[in-house]
Amino acid sequence: MGDVLRFITCGSVDDGKSTLIGRLLWESKQVFEDHLSALERDSTRYGTQGDAIDFALLVDGLQSEREQSITIDVAYRFFATPRRRFIVADTPGHEQYTRNMATGASTSELAVLVVNAGKGLQVQTHRHARIVSLLGIRHLAMAINKMDLVDWDQEVFDRIVEEFRPVVRELGFQSFQPIPVSALNGDNITESSAAAPWYKGPTLLNYLEEVDATTDVPDLKFRMAVQLVNRPTHDFRGYCGRIASGQVKAGDRVRVVPGGQETKIRSIVAWQSELPSASAGESVTLCLADEVDVSRGSVLSTAGDPVDLSDQFEARVICLSGHHLVAGRSYLMNLHTAQAVATITAIKHRVDARTGSHEAARALEMNDIGVVNVSTDRAVPFEPYERCRRLGSFILVDRITNETVGAGMVDFSLRRAANIHWQHVDINKQARAEQKLQKPVCLWFTGLSASGKSTIANLLEKRVFAAGKHTYMLDGDNVRHGLNRDLGFTEADRTENIRRVTEVARLMVDAGLVTIVSFISPYRAERELARSRFEAGEFIEVFVDTPLEICEQRDPKGLYAKARRGDLKNFTGIDSDYEPPVSPEVHLRTASEPVEQCVDRILQMLEQAGKREEKAQ
Amino acid sequence: MSGYLASLEAESIEILREAVALAEKPVMMYSIGKDSSVMLHLARKAFWPAAPPFPLLHVDTTWKFREMIEFRNRIARECGMKLLVHTNHKRKAEGVNPFTYDSDTYTGLMKTEALKQALDEGGFDLIIGGARRDEEKSRAKERIFSFRSPGHRWDPKLQRPELWNIYNARIHPGESIRVFPLSNWTEADIWQYIAAENIEIVKLYFAAMRPVVRRSNQWIMVDDERMPLNLGETPEMKMVRFRTLGCYPLTAAMESTATTIAEIVEETQTARTSERQGRLIDHDQAASMEKKKVEGYF
Repeated sequence: MGDVLRFITCGSVDDGKSTLIGRLLWESKQVFEDHLSALERDSTRYGTQGDAIDFALLVDGLQSEREQSITIDVAYRFFATPRRRFIVADTPGHEQYTRNMATGASTSELAVLVVNAGKGLQVQTHRHARIVSLLGIRHLAMAINKMDLVDWDQEVFDRIVEEFRPVVRELGFQSFQPIPVSALNGDNITESSAAAPWYKGPTLLNYLEEVDATTDVPDLKFRMAVQLVNRPTHDFRGYCGRIASGQVKAGDRVRVVPGGQETKIRSIVAWQSELPSASAGESVTLCLADEVDVSRGSVLSTAGDPVDLSDQFEARVICLSGHHLVAGRSYLMNLHTAQAVATITAIKHRVDARTGSHEAARALEMNDIGVVNVSTDRAVPFEPYERCRRLGSFILVDRITNETVGAGMVDFSLRRAANIHWQHVDINKQARAEQKLQKPVCLWFTGLSASGKSTIANLLEKRVFAAGKHTYMLDGDNVRHGLNRDLGFTEADRTENIRRVTEVARLMVDAGLVTIVSFISPYRAERELARSRFEAGEFIEVFVDTPLEICEQRDPKGLYAKARRGDLKNFTGIDSDYEPPVSPEVHLRTASEPVEQCVDRILQMLEQAGKREEKAQ
Repeated sequence: MSGYLASLEAESIEILREAVALAEKPVMMYSIGKDSSVMLHLARKAFWPAAPPFPLLHVDTTWKFREMIEFRNRIARECGMKLLVHTNHKRKAEGVNPFTYDSDTYTGLMKTEALKQALDEGGFDLIIGGARRDEEKSRAKERIFSFRSPGHRWDPKLQRPELWNIYNARIHPGESIRVFPLSNWTEADIWQYIAAENIEIVKLYFAAMRPVVRRSNQWIMVDDERMPLNLGETPEMKMVRFRTLGCYPLTAAMESTATTIAEIVEETQTARTSERQGRLIDHDQAASMEKKKVEGYF
């Protein structure tokens, strides 16, 4: 049994979680006199308990939430008894803050789920149980609170427990301890309550002191993700990291993943000394016997039983942000210390947080949990989350806003990744381009509807064609009539629309063509994704910058008028956003530049790029 | 070292290494206090045999205890680290001082404003600080990697979710990240670690006979001749020590006979008041720390 227990408290709003923790701190004498006098002052000002002390105020730290009487962020609390140290993540019950709950659960070994005896199980109770289970917590206590309000009725307690037992089984908790309490009055927190002689189990604090919160998973051999390479002088090269699993000794054979090279541990360097061995949880610096290729994101593991490597995963993902997670969109993925560009290739289903049932979904919204396929731009070392939290967890970061938009847990590698091999072909892009005496490019026009994209693109194509080049144009309207006829105009559909067009454009460029794409393509993320599918210099973003008022005046298809009337939903510029490019290769301002001049500028730009390329060769 | 302290140490070292791996230009705040001493010790361990790959930054209000400044200069030399010292000279020239200005204004100008000046001048994208979650209520909600918008502002509602041991340090120009490797330490842990690792700290933490005056029910040490004495006020010699160190006119001493680390650990375990009780600046208003944090205070 560890001498420290990290646990999370969760439950629905108003179940009294903050009061429960305030009470634990109070009863374990962790409250200082100056905190108490502040508490007494605050209780009369903000408190909900009249003149009595409101324990929730001890933990509800931020001014705005004190005024609203709800908890809006994770608070970490520390207390100790002579038997154990505790780190508590107090997390909010409001649905929109579920992401904070997942945050608290990610570093916890046990969950205390608070239920209001008067209200019984809530949607949030199920949701939180599922989230803590999803994050690998296998031990659950249920504090059935406010028992004083139901006169300590054993039937109420038993009914809630029986109703919840199937959930405990379904979610795979190894242990489950229901406890009837009154946080407000302090019953069954540290002292057994005289009010409930029928309850023979432990008090909440007794339970927390004694529970064995270890998880039954098969022991993994040595694994350590490298955080950084420490190379202060030419004769010292150490690999720093925190050991994720197993044990390592000087002399052990290890394999580097990716790369696959094998070598031996020369020494384990610690502060002013060397260690003979080290094990899971320790931060160490390892020196290797041979010069091998190791960098941040590499995993060192036991040579005979190395860590897995893959670029295709099935994973469970929680959407943490207001920006939906959409299939086809790419994100930065931080998996232990490795970083890759990850694309959600498919959303297999969304999990109903209350019932656990699977639902079809094209996008995951904030607080949604889904099972997805993820593909990465390079193979990364990993372990399934079930076997090793450290090597199986990842976050998804938006490439433009830098927000943390998703949190994921790897279930397994999709084996087909290992089996898909690119067909080897002798006739390649270069050969096709040389035959046509041209450099294939993708000219990507973006701008509002009626901004002049098609007009400029048409004239450009004529001029390029007249110069004897091979061209092809992909236009929003004609592609939507065929290839993309199944797609509408929601964010998810727009993303898929652009993904397909990107892939078609890429094939065209591979065929050696000067490819002109003319799409509103309102989102930066999709355009950046499109860019990432081409080689450097192949993708030329042309921003047709026309003010909305002018587009609306032109309105050749009468679409703006329709959108203004409300007859056309999700119309870019009206009720759907357009994100202008930050640094397009060509920026055309049609309000002040005639069409011919716009085309001249693009042609000049292409010519100069061609010359630069010749020089480089 | 107990298993619990060893796991805290391993976690802090991991955080410090992530900070260095993810930053372009990191800096470590060094306040000379016990938490800074522990943080510096952890940094030396994290990057051993190299010296920590970042400079130390001290925001000097010029009202620190004299012993602190001597200690600071010596320690930086011994660690082989670059020490940056910044003072808000403009405000000092304007005559800002802790006696005639209220503590809120004084702290705002000589600490918060000075800190922002130093960070902007240095162009640091990641700032390592020694704050702990157990210190104060609004700190209990602080992330380990804490995102700051341009102007160093902390928006409690814009904090990035932080799961497992994976930190998101990606920022745009002008934004910054503050990193708190001691987030999960308590005051008792700090003392036990100082004892276990034999870390040198400023002697002011140990009880000794020192000249003090009684003000607002607190003992204030007369550290130099700049301290104006009120009518009829004469410094008296008292056996006192400090639980926390800052500007001497704003840091109250406590009566104590603890002259060894063991006695301090013993005293901390039976303490009935929090360590910030000795910080005069925290009592200004109900949520004063939260307000200072929003503005950029450490």
